[in-house]
Amino acid sequence: MNYEQVIAKYEPVMGLEVHVELNTNSKMFCGCATVFGAEPNTQTCPVCLGLPGSLPVVNETAIESAIKIGLALNCKVTPFSRFARKNYFYPDMPKNYQTSQYDEPICFDGHLDVEIETEEGPKSFRIEIERVHMEEDTGKSLHMGGATGRIHGADYSLLDYNRAGIPLIEIVTKIIPGTGKYGPEVAKAYVAELRDILRSIGVSDVKMEQGSLRCDANVSLRLIGSDSLGTRSETKNVNSLRSVERAIRGEMIRHAELLEKGEKVKQETRHFQEDTGTTRSGRSKEQAEDYRYFQDPDLVPVAPSAEWIEALRKSLPEKPSAHRKRLQEAWSVPDKEMAAMINADLLGTVEATVNLGADPTKARGWWLGEISRIANEKELAVEELSISPKDVAEIVELIQKGELTDKLARQVVEGVINGEGTPADVIAKRGFKVVSDDGALLAAIEKVCAAMPDVAEKVRGGHLPAAGALIGAVMKETKGQADAAKVRELLLGHLGQA
Amino acid sequence: MIRKNASEMAAALAAKEISSVELVNAHYDRIAEVDTQVKAFLYLDKDGALSQAKAVDDARAKGETLAPLAGVPVALKDIFTQKGVPTTAGSKILEGWRPPYDATVTANLKKNGIVILGKTNMDEFAMGSSTENSAYHPTHNPWDLTRIPGGSGGGSSASLAAFEAPLALGTDTGGSIRQPAAVTGTVGVKPTYGAVSRYGMIAFSSSLDQGGPCARTVLDAALLHEAIAGHDPKDSTSINAPTPKVVDAAKRADVKGLKIGVIKELQGDGYQKGVLNRFNESIELLSSLGAEIVEVSCPSFEYALAAYYLIAPSECSSNLARFDAMRYGLRVGAGDAEAVMSATREAGFGREVKRRIILGTYALSSGYYDAYYGSAQKVRTLIMQDYAKAFAGVDVLVSPTAPTTAFKIGEKSNDPLAMYLNDVATIPVNLAGICGMSLPSGLADEDNLPTGFQIMAPAMEDQRLYNVGAALEAALLSKWGAPLLAKAPALGGSK
Repeated sequence: MNYEQVIAKYEPVMGLEVHVELNTNSKMFCGCATVFGAEPNTQTCPVCLGLPGSLPVVNETAIESAIKIGLALNCKVTPFSRFARKNYFYPDMPKNYQTSQYDEPICFDGHLDVEIETEEGPKSFRIEIERVHMEEDTGKSLHMGGATGRIHGADYSLLDYNRAGIPLIEIVTKIIPGTGKYGPEVAKAYVAELRDILRSIGVSDVKMEQGSLRCDANVSLRLIGSDSLGTRSETKNVNSLRSVERAIRGEMIRHAELLEKGEKVKQETRHFQEDTGTTRSGRSKEQAEDYRYFQDPDLVPVAPSAEWIEALRKSLPEKPSAHRKRLQEAWSVPDKEMAAMINADLLGTVEATVNLGADPTKARGWWLGEISRIANEKELAVEELSISPKDVAEIVELIQKGELTDKLARQVVEGVINGEGTPADVIAKRGFKVVSDDGALLAAIEKVCAAMPDVAEKVRGGHLPAAGALIGAVMKETKGQADAAKVRELLLGHLGQA
Repeated sequence: MIRKNASEMAAALAAKEISSVELVNAHYDRIAEVDTQVKAFLYLDKDGALSQAKAVDDARAKGETLAPLAGVPVALKDIFTQKGVPTTAGSKILEGWRPPYDATVTANLKKNGIVILGKTNMDEFAMGSSTENSAYHPTHNPWDLTRIPGGSGGGSSASLAAFEAPLALGTDTGGSIRQPAAVTGTVGVKPTYGAVSRYGMIAFSSSLDQGGPCARTVLDAALLHEAIAGHDPKDSTSINAPTPKVVDAAKRADVKGLKIGVIKELQGDGYQKGVLNRFNESIELLSSLGAEIVEVSCPSFEYALAAYYLIAPSECSSNLARFDAMRYGLRVGAGDAEAVMSATREAGFGREVKRRIILGTYALSSGYYDAYYGSAQKVRTLIMQDYAKAFAGVDVLVSPTAPTTAFKIGEKSNDPLAMYLNDVATIPVNLAGICGMSLPSGLADEDNLPTGFQIMAPAMEDQRLYNVGAALEAALLSKWGAPLLAKAPALGGSK
C-alpha cells in the first residue's frame, strides 16, 4: 500500500516519548563528568558503577532543569515527588535497577502547540503532555565480533559506563488523535518544537545524532471515524527529525498492510533503520514486563518550594514560537518562506548566520538554496554538511564587497563542503580572484568584440539582447572571475550604449 | 591490658603507658590464641593496622592533639567497605573483592585514629540472627562455643566478649547489633536512622539499615558513637543535625525523675523465664535509682515481624540485583550474559539470601504490591504512631532485647520462622527509625548465659539511651562486684 491508500481508510493515533539527556556538568546521582565521547569507563565512580555500599545523591541542577522543562511545556510542578526503582537485569545497567520516577513524576499535565503547513494553510495542533519525569541513563553495550553490531551473532560485548547515570528527562505525551494524514508531520513538528524549547532554555545539547535527544514513537491505526484504539507498536532508534516522520509513515503503512490482510498488529518494540526507512522487530511486549517499581529508599523526596518554582518560571526565555514571530517581522519574510525555513529546520542556522552580520535574505537564500541542494544531492541533512553559519556569513560579505561573484561563491560553498577549508582557504587554493581592474576587463572586451564583430555591431545598433553572448565570452575569457554586472556596464559603454 | 575497657586503653595511650603498636599487637596475640575457636574474624589486616597504629604513636610523640580513641583498636563488620581490604558481606559472591573506596564509617574511624584490626564475620548480607548464614564459617559464642553469638553481627560481638577487640562496628537492620550484644553479654547501639552514614555500608534493606557501635561498656559505645556519627553529604538519608551528646550522657548516668515505659507487648509468652527475671530485676534497680516505671501498650507491634519480613526482603531483592558477575566479585558459568548472571547468583548466594530475594521479588510484583509491600508500609506507620504515643508519656521505653539466650549452633538452622522470632523485640525500633540499645542484664537462671536489656528512645534522642544505660550498668556492676564478662569462661591457654 502507499501512504495515500492508507490515509484514505485509516488514521493514526500516536504517543511520543522523548528522552532528553541534560547538559549538567555532573551525573544525576554522583559527581562524575558527562563529556560526550570520552574514553570508555573514564567517567565513572563507585556510585555510577553501582559498587556495593555506594549511595546516590540527587543533582540539584538536574531537578532545576526538569522543572524548567515542565514549566516550558505548561505543566504543573508537583510540590512533592519521589524517585522509584525500575527493576530489571541488563549488563549495562550497573545496579540492575534504574532510578526513575513512577507514580510521582515531577511535572505533569502540560501541552505544546505545534504548527504545520497544510493544504488549507498553516494549522495548529495541541499536543497534550502527560508527564515529565527524571531518571538516569544506562551504560552502553558494544557488541563485538558480529557482522551487524547487534547482540545476536556477537562474540563478546564491551561495556562502557560513562553514560550510566547521566541525567535523563522523559517527556511523555498523552495519546495524540485527530492528526489524520498529517500525523507524521505533526510528530516531527512536535519533536522539533520540543527540541527548540529545550535548546532555548539551555538544559540540553539536544543532538539527536549523539543521542542526547531520543524519540520513541508509539503508533496505532484505526478506521477513520472510529473511536476505538488499535494495537500499537513502539519504534525506537529514531535519531533525526526526518526519521521521526519517516518512521511513523512507515509504521502506518506496515500496520495498514497487516490490517488489510486480516492479520493482527503485534504489540512490540521495533527499531527504526535509517538506511531502509523501515523498522525491524525488537523484543515482544505482549507479556507486560513487571518492573517491580517501588520508592527508592536511598533517596529523599524532591520538594521544590513554590518560590523556587516561580523564580524558575520567571527565568524562562522567550518561547521559540514568539521568537520566530519576532524574526519573521524583523527580516520581513513572507509566511510561506518562513514555513519553508522552519520545515527545513534551518531557522536557527539562518539566524546564526544573520547574527554574524549577513543579510537575512541572502543568508536564507544560501541555506535554503545552494546548500540544501547539495545536501539533497548527497542525501545528507544540512547540519551534517561541514559548512557553518560563519562560512556562509563570510561568503555573503565577500560578495557584497565585490570580491566574489555569485558564480564563484557557489564554487566556494562547494569547496567548503568538500572539506577544502574555510572560504578564504578555498579562494586561495582555487586561485579565485575577481577581476575588477577596468583595464583588464576592457582589454578582454576589445578582444571579444574583435572576434565577434557581427554581434558587436548588433549591439552597437541598439539590439541589446545580443550583448549576452558577448558578456558570456568575456566571462569565459576572464575564467569566470569577473563580475558579470561590471562587464555588462563596461561592454555597453564600449559599444556606445551606456 | 586487653581486658580493659576502650576508655581505659585510651587513657593509658594518652598517658604513654603503652603504645598503640603494643596494644594492637597484644590484640593480634589474643586473636591468634582464641580465634581458631571463636572464629570472629574473616580477615585480619595486620600490616594496615600496624602502620595505622604507628602513625598514631608518631603523632602522639610529636605532641599532636589526637581524638579521644586514637590508637585504640576496633573490629569492623565485613559489611563496611575498606579501601584495598577484602570486603565480602559474608557472601561468596563478593569473595576476593577489594573495594576501591572507604565507607564513611571506615573513613571516620581512620580520621579518629581508631585502628582497624580486621573484618568480622556476619550472616551473609546481614540476613540472619546467628551468624550461621555466613558463607565462610559460623562464629562461636565465647560464653559457650557450641552456641551462636547472635547475628547478623555475631563476629563483632563475639570479638568483644572474647577480648579480641575492645570496640567493634555493627549494622542493625532488625536487631543485628542489639541481639548479638544481648547473647554475648556486651553493649550494642542502633543509633537513630540517618545518624550514621550508610555510604559504603553494603545495603541489605536501605530504609532499615543503620551502622552503630558495639563495646563492652556504655561509655565505650558512646565514645565510638561520637567518632562515627554525623551528617554525610554522600548519604541522602543522613540527618543534617548535630550528633546528640552521648558521651556526656553516659557520664551523667542519672535516671532520677525519668519516666520509663515497659512495653506490655514485648514480654510474656515466648520469652525465656530467666530473660524475664533479669529484665524485671533491672526494672527494679532503675526504680530504686529514682526512675518512675509505667507500663505502656504498643498494639501494632503484633504486626511488626510480618511487616519487617515484607519490607526487608523487598528492598534486598532490589539491592542485591547488582551482584551479577559483570563488574566485580564471583563469576561462574559461560555463555551469554544472562546465563552467567544466573549461574553466578545460583552459586554465589546462600539459601537464606535466595529465600529473601524470592520473597521480596514476589512481594513487589504487580498485583501483589498493595497486599504485601503496601500493607507493610502501613503497618510501619502504625508502629511509628504507637511509639509517638508512648514517648508522649515517657522518656524511654524498655524491653528484653531478645526473647531467649544464645541457642545451640544448628538448633534453628532449618526453621526460619523460629529464627525470625529472635528479632521480635528489636525490629519495631528499625521500622520506626528510632534508636535502641542493648546492655547486659545478667545471666539467665536456666543456662547461665547472658541476657540483654533493651532501651529505646525517640529519633535523635540517642543520649537518653546512654544516660539510662550507664545508670543501669553502674547499678548492676555494684550489685555484681565485677563486669559480667568476668564470669565468662576462659578461652585458649592463658588469660
